[in-house]
Amino acid sequence: MAPVLELRNLTTYFRTRRGSVKAVNGVSFSLDAGQRMGLIGESGSGKSTIALSIMRLIRPPGEIVAGEVLLDGVNLFDLDDDSMRRVRLSEIALVSQGAMNSLNPVIRVREQMEDGFRNHEHSLSREARDARIRELLERVGLPREVADMYPHQLSGGMKQRVCIAIAISLSPKVIIADEPTSALDVVVQRRVMQTLRRVQEELGSAVILIGHDMGLMAQFADKVGVMYAGELMEEAAVSRLFNRPAHPYSQILMESLPSLDTKEMFRGVGGAPPSLLSPPPGCVFHPRCPFVMERCRVEKPLLQVVDAPAGNGDTPARATEMQRAACHLLDEGETADSLAHRHAANNDANREATI
Amino acid sequence: MSASMSTPMSTPAPNAAGQELTGRESTGQTSSVQKSAGMQASTPLLQAVDVTKIFTGGIVNRTETIALDDFSLSIYTDRPSIISVVGESGSGKSTMARMLLGLESPTGGKVLYKGEDLKSLSSREMQDFRREVQAVFQDPFGVYNSFYKVDHVFNVPIRKFGLAKSKTDARNLILGVLDAVGLRPQETLGRYPHQLSGGQRQRIMVARALLLNPQLIIADEPVSMIDASLRAQVLDTLRKLNQERGISLVYITHDLTTAYQIGSDIIVLYGGKAVELGAVDDVVKAPQHPYTQLLVSSIPRPDPSLQWSDEPESSAIGQEAKKGVGCNFADRCPYAFDRCIVETPPLYRIGEHQAATCFLHAEKPVLPVEKMDHVFVRNVAQLTSAGKETVGPQA
Repeated sequence: MAPVLELRNLTTYFRTRRGSVKAVNGVSFSLDAGQRMGLIGESGSGKSTIALSIMRLIRPPGEIVAGEVLLDGVNLFDLDDDSMRRVRLSEIALVSQGAMNSLNPVIRVREQMEDGFRNHEHSLSREARDARIRELLERVGLPREVADMYPHQLSGGMKQRVCIAIAISLSPKVIIADEPTSALDVVVQRRVMQTLRRVQEELGSAVILIGHDMGLMAQFADKVGVMYAGELMEEAAVSRLFNRPAHPYSQILMESLPSLDTKEMFRGVGGAPPSLLSPPPGCVFHPRCPFVMERCRVEKPLLQVVDAPAGNGDTPARATEMQRAACHLLDEGETADSLAHRHAANNDANREATI
Repeated sequence: MSASMSTPMSTPAPNAAGQELTGRESTGQTSSVQKSAGMQASTPLLQAVDVTKIFTGGIVNRTETIALDDFSLSIYTDRPSIISVVGESGSGKSTMARMLLGLESPTGGKVLYKGEDLKSLSSREMQDFRREVQAVFQDPFGVYNSFYKVDHVFNVPIRKFGLAKSKTDARNLILGVLDAVGLRPQETLGRYPHQLSGGQRQRIMVARALLLNPQLIIADEPVSMIDASLRAQVLDTLRKLNQERGISLVYITHDLTTAYQIGSDIIVLYGGKAVELGAVDDVVKAPQHPYTQLLVSSIPRPDPSLQWSDEPESSAIGQEAKKGVGCNFADRCPYAFDRCIVETPPLYRIGEHQAATCFLHAEKPVLPVEKMDHVFVRNVAQLTSAGKETVGPQA
């Protein structure tokens, strides 16, 4: 099956007086219809820039320097502005972090919802529009009365659901949700995320969920991409990433998760993320990597398939098993299992060193 | 579940605690806890007694909002603890912090510093209070003046409180506190705020608080605005200060996970009321109030094999609840029954280290509001003078 969305070597820079900030540096991944992909990384790792690049909403000094974004095989970067405008919302919709704050407080919800599809479907009658709005609100679990209310009368969670309703109003093939719940408390977050998931399943849309909450990714995504310093370090089926992260960065990330199950020493990633003006040569993670080798300092590793553990007859090509990582260790004959062992051994050594 | 309590106490029903178990719900507004015979060996550093804060607004139609309702808390310094306060936005947690810091005065009840009402402190005592009780706030971006180097945030308190006699003294003082929060001076001093990460900035705020050698730090959402990967550093710093320097901490957050990770005791606030409180392990592992249960079940677990459950529907009776009458969670509660929508539940003591305001536990003894923090690990140990080390997460 051909992917619905495919990124090939997407590269977006921000030009500044001191040089180019390499916000997104050669990112490639693809998304099947109906698939839910998570994109995770610390702030400044390029997650949101990817979202804006896909939508072609990068403004100067930002610039898409290279790469392609294919929607059903059509490169969006080849479209003229008019065609691209038609793609937005009807084919790809974006729910951003502050989406709920972009609702105009003095205009009724109904009009703001109509605003979305009026541009795309001129011919709808008043009755048809009303019916559509009722249906959309129902879809996201809001009472129909909400249509005649003003945004300031709604809670944050309700407003965010109105934004989801707007995003799905034209049944897009891809929904990009950029930290859609980071301003909401956990109870409302669950409600909003479950709404998004249900709607997405009903419509068969693919979703890219951008965020930094690993818990949310575990509960929502089919596969997760791990971003670091503008590059994709690892891309894996959610169960693979959580059980056997392959890239050293993913391993540390997984370990620094606070959980409700065990109380442990907090462990963060040592050091600071690199400057994107002049990212380190070779692997961008090498200055912070516990397993750095000579080769890592000079040669950039490419994403490569991580093998299923030895002795396992399953074909790794299955979607639930897919795992790719950009790390030279994989060339040294390491598998996900041996990498995990290496990581655990390193931790034990560190623990002893600190005692 | 309650058998797995984190205290090693052997006597199940201590005398002092036993007495309060039989006490009915308190009606006294300001009965001071430390005066009730032989309860505490020491005077708390900071104490909130039956504190209520009501905000009034509206010119034509006067409206009242109860931001915090009947809240009591004692913080001792002889056995430093970390108390986490959890609640959603609007639950009253920041109001609580501001009252403990003396930035807001309570509508009812009082806040005592070493047994003295904050309102009646002499200027000298006030200066002591301002030094011993420090705050770290949410926004590590807004507190800095971007025209000054970060050294400024150290120099001002050193000057104002006369902390150093010479420049060398001042320098050593600054290096000392930077070291305590794990920052390297060459990476921080002499820089402008925009050159530092959120985590570094927030740790500088903690270092600034440390300059004054405080007994207590009240941290209001200290990590909510910084990156997840940097949160660990800040929380770790706070925990070390507690363990190594004996500084007590009130950690206020909306994030139950970090509250659990860092705290020894926890208070869950909902709509201005402490709905559940106690030892953090008991409350998080076996929540007894339906709101705490909802909170715990809503957290997305970082484990794909644990399914996110659906939010339970509120009960039919609960949906008839009127605002301001009965339990304030009744309208969302899946278990609400007739009593919940007419009567306000008192705090019931469910276990030695756990209490909740919920009629589901009506068979349990009532815990008077001004004694609500007696369920805390530290305070139970204190009351029974068991004297065993029970506070603080295991290293």
